[in-house]
Amino acid sequence: MKPVTSWGRLSANPHHVVGLNDPSRVKALVCHGANSGVAHGMGRSYGDVCLNPEGTLWVTTGLDHFIAFDDSTGRLVCEAGVLLRDIQRQVIPRGWILPVTPGTQLVTVGGAIANDVHGKNHHVLGSFGDHVQNLTLVRTDGEIIQCGPHERPDWFAATVGGLGLTGVITQAEIQLRRVAGPWLDTETVPYANLDEFFQLADDSEADWEHTVSWIDCITGGGGRGLFMRGNPVNVGDRPTPQGRKLTMPMVPPVSLVNRLSLRPFNMAYYHLKKWQAGRAITHYEPFFYPLDNLLEWNRMYGPKGFFQYQSVVPREIGQDAVQAMLKEIALSGDGSFLAVLKTFGNRQPVGMLSFPQPGVTLALDFPNHGERTHKLFERLDAIVREAKGRIYLAKDARMPRELFEASYPRLAEFKKYRDPGISSGLSRRLMGS
Amino acid sequence: MNNKKRIVIIGATSAIAEHCARLWLAKQPADLTLVGRDTQRIERVATDLKVRSPQSEIRVVQAEFLDPEAINATVGDIVKSGRVDIVLIAHGSLPEQIECQNDLQSCRDALEINGVSPVLYAEAFAKEMEKPNHGTIALIGSVAGDRGRKSNYVYGAAKGLVTRYAQGLQHRFVGSGVKVVLIKPGPTDTPMTVHLKGKGAKLAPVEGVAKQIIEGVEAGKPVIYTPGKWWLIMMVIRHLPAFVFNKMNI
Repeated sequence: MKPVTSWGRLSANPHHVVGLNDPSRVKALVCHGANSGVAHGMGRSYGDVCLNPEGTLWVTTGLDHFIAFDDSTGRLVCEAGVLLRDIQRQVIPRGWILPVTPGTQLVTVGGAIANDVHGKNHHVLGSFGDHVQNLTLVRTDGEIIQCGPHERPDWFAATVGGLGLTGVITQAEIQLRRVAGPWLDTETVPYANLDEFFQLADDSEADWEHTVSWIDCITGGGGRGLFMRGNPVNVGDRPTPQGRKLTMPMVPPVSLVNRLSLRPFNMAYYHLKKWQAGRAITHYEPFFYPLDNLLEWNRMYGPKGFFQYQSVVPREIGQDAVQAMLKEIALSGDGSFLAVLKTFGNRQPVGMLSFPQPGVTLALDFPNHGERTHKLFERLDAIVREAKGRIYLAKDARMPRELFEASYPRLAEFKKYRDPGISSGLSRRLMGS
Repeated sequence: MNNKKRIVIIGATSAIAEHCARLWLAKQPADLTLVGRDTQRIERVATDLKVRSPQSEIRVVQAEFLDPEAINATVGDIVKSGRVDIVLIAHGSLPEQIECQNDLQSCRDALEINGVSPVLYAEAFAKEMEKPNHGTIALIGSVAGDRGRKSNYVYGAAKGLVTRYAQGLQHRFVGSGVKVVLIKPGPTDTPMTVHLKGKGAKLAPVEGVAKQIIEGVEAGKPVIYTPGKWWLIMMVIRHLPAFVFNKMNI
């Protein structure tokens, strides 16, 4: 048994760690356990979806082989432990790109499917699962299921966004998208309040593939921010920026993100970026994955770890709900530095438990201050519940079961596809097993 | 004939070797021969490399690791199809020390696969490279070969054999067109060590280790410690007096 943490570093419970390194042996390894297990890739989800305290973790990062790639159609087949980073670096020079990626490329294909991750272009291309053509699922009773949007679509809908609970994903086929090169035409536009944010979001959706914003929820009255948008662009060959990799060298004794630091942080960030606002040609790596060059940045929250609170609320009451959440955060005195506000497109996701729904999503990070932080979350939950929104399971470590049940209407349908030999911290907390 | 670099990897399913292959092919397409025992597992590596580098030529050779006759024949066949620029001898397996102590069969297997077999391959290639006076023989040893420790001295002894052998081979080829590179990785984060993670073991990322290896091989360095800090650590460990060393639980 070894202690394993997820990205939020909130717990370090012992796990029995088993590497799934050889596809031909996956079945034997997942079948034989008396102990329940769950697949674990890069451990980039924040809460307990990738953990299984006292149980088994099947680590998939050894399943990192490509199987086939067709340069003429953009179809990629690979094992589930391949990192999105390795796909991007492989295919972009050949004129293709992953249609959807989240804010870090240091995640596995299997994790991206199991959490049905989304990116800055949700309004155009949906979430990761929308581009998966086929996947292989190994169940703990030995059954191997091939599914996709046109083959056993019920299994596919259960597995995309299915949190790894329907079986172990070992392989996937993904339809990539044509791209001219690694560059984006980007623009940063400061906004003064939520009215301006929504105006910008509405104005940008038709003409910009990628939209996202950083919101300053502490200074400037709460609600100002920086709207970033981008489109792929063909600018020919340019030297690739050599992003310097820095590593957070240690876990500081207290969170570096705290009441003292947040105000100057946010103020400085807003003004620096406002000063640099405008059009630019940007490489995809810093634009899509701004934190990937600061390795182990999650350590900056200190030994107690941190929470991410990401919710989505329907558009009609989105502005009021976001305003109300920002107000609660301001009242609490705790703030968030990595606060992201983005509108989702008007489309339904593939997966039964997929997170995206039409509306606006707000992601916030909070250092773990125990009771005080949980109290704030309860007030935020009340707003999300009232607005008929939901919380992102890939980031959650604490939502009450009742809120989960109320906000994921396809839960009962999903449960029929669960693998009885698979269990995670999250599944026990929110589904009872 | 083409002008691609001809690279041969013995034990191509080892994670370090595989990452070296990925980096070599990412630099430029090559003519790569992958040698291993288990055809299915080498094919998986070859398929992956083919996707990564469609312009490379990739061949798969199923081979025996312990039989001298078979090794001779395998190496002979490989060399027959073209002059080899680099051979990376990377096979081996990390045994449980306790098993080697309890079972002489396991002990012998560990010594053979990690020590005798790499030497036989290197010797076979040395003979072939001597004639054209061209090529690099890179052997993967280990920091474990620098001083015997109670926690893994059987594996360490086998790797120590590789170290002494490489020294002698370097001496033999001094001033010639054949280069001999000895690589000594520290504990590396590979699928084989996934169970050590979180045990407090500090494991080096395999991509970084592979990068240092291909750079060191390119430069023809006689000895590569990777990550580099292991040079210093092992220097200290090698020189600790026995009365200090024997008190340590390592």
